[in-house]
Amino acid sequence: MRLDGEEQEILAGKLGPVRQHALQHQMMVGAFFGAEDFVPVTQAHIMADTESLGEAGVRWLEGLAAAEESQRQVRIPTITDPRGTDFAKAAFLGHTPSMLDLEERTIVAFVKLGVIMTNTCINYQTIQAPARNEHVAFGDTGVVIYSNSICGARSNYEGGPSALAAGLTGRTPRYGFHLPQQRRATMHIRVEFTPASLNEWGALGGVIGRIAGNYWQVPAIEGIEGAPRSDQLKHFGAAMASFGSIAMFHIVGLTPEAEELGDVAQAGLPGHRVTRADVDALQRSYHSDDRVDVVVFSAPQLSLYELRDLADLCAGQQFKVPLLAVTSPQVKPDSDRMGYTRRIEDAGGTVLSGMCFYQSYAREIAEARGWKRLATNSAKLVNILGGYGYQPMLASMQACVDAAVTGKLS
Amino acid sequence: MSAVTKIFHARQSMGRTVRGPALVARDGFSARYDLDRVAGIFSRPAHKLAGQSYVGKILVLDTAKGGVATAWMLHEMKSRGIVPLALVFNSVNPILAQGAALGDVPMLAGFDEDITSAIPNGADVEVNPQRGVLTVVE
Repeated sequence: MRLDGEEQEILAGKLGPVRQHALQHQMMVGAFFGAEDFVPVTQAHIMADTESLGEAGVRWLEGLAAAEESQRQVRIPTITDPRGTDFAKAAFLGHTPSMLDLEERTIVAFVKLGVIMTNTCINYQTIQAPARNEHVAFGDTGVVIYSNSICGARSNYEGGPSALAAGLTGRTPRYGFHLPQQRRATMHIRVEFTPASLNEWGALGGVIGRIAGNYWQVPAIEGIEGAPRSDQLKHFGAAMASFGSIAMFHIVGLTPEAEELGDVAQAGLPGHRVTRADVDALQRSYHSDDRVDVVVFSAPQLSLYELRDLADLCAGQQFKVPLLAVTSPQVKPDSDRMGYTRRIEDAGGTVLSGMCFYQSYAREIAEARGWKRLATNSAKLVNILGGYGYQPMLASMQACVDAAVTGKLS
Repeated sequence: MSAVTKIFHARQSMGRTVRGPALVARDGFSARYDLDRVAGIFSRPAHKLAGQSYVGKILVLDTAKGGVATAWMLHEMKSRGIVPLALVFNSVNPILAQGAALGDVPMLAGFDEDITSAIPNGADVEVNPQRGVLTVVE
């Protein structure tokens, strides 16, 4: 890779060993993907739940945090994805002291590194959405696909170590979605059904993600009617990213780089048709039981509007099975202030903050609480939780609330 | 002495040379979605390798799936020795490359043919990232 003067100084260790190691890590990844140079980035977003880090990852972070203060601080605004617990509700979740200890150590290390503990996977709704053509280093696949596709910003999937490296060096290797040519469509999807509910938007994203199949594919989608809302696009993108490892899509006439199909696609791209039957089939494929042990709204964290809708559905209800709603630390105080949290919890639900269900020791929660059959309106969550020993089922927010009341998913 | 039987060239490569048994499937890979990382087996029921141990195996799979957690998890798995010996994929995403870099797991990707069809399950293979070469040994 071609290095500028400052990068050569970092590599030589003149700015300390932490930044030196960060740049070396970035150069390994950059060389792997054929990056010619680095590109400056303005924000970084770190996925670092302790279930993923483990003791080894936390020690690695603590090693960086032990460096001299001037040498260990991030150089650009660097924020965090959800944590592995909500400390206020850890007993309810069955989280053990050793899990909480790992979390606390991680937070101490990140604070020493100058990282802002936002603990959110919806930073584009709550902290600061990136602007068009802004180069960023974001973790969380849902954040990256939304930022690339809806905002027109430029990011690859940056896992925790790489996002932190970008925060420390202020740059990232220029490959993938930082390059204009990688942002052009590789396939054409004709959608014959415009969803209404969030679970349907997620299921549609899942169907397209499965068709697209890998990170380097960019679907150009036509046939969406009207203008979807941010929450709908959030579930759509998060599911597409989860099912297909997709980092960018275009919706012709809606997303900023694709006013017309010709802006992003050449003639003769491989074409696919997606119908309502495909969306229904994906949802049905998860319906394995009529009974549920737990209802979870999470992945991505809920916006204030989603919590308002949920609170309306919960008003006056009494739940037979636990219902969890997970949001960000930015949204939770507003949910409290508007009375949404109280309406959900008066019905027997629990509103959690700063975590995400699948990033919070989901397997251990299942064992501690005896939860297996799980209903959710998140297509991303059903895709993930099968590997954690759950029987996840996908249904509308209304059907999930009804399931919490009756214990049965109709 | 082993006789070299077939060589495959990878466009992308990282890490040290290793040799071991191939565990092959035409399916994807995500450490979070697909694995029981404590038991060291594939655990997602729909995965073609469900129930099989990945420990010490050279995983030959189609592509990287899912989210960003793999970037940390390979490092954590390596620290406990419950980790694949190497990763050989038709295509990978940045997360897998970042995870392999942090976790020191050798990796090859990008072949002229479908590598999951070319390598027999259980074959003795050598991964040589310096040369960008996968060798089936008999």
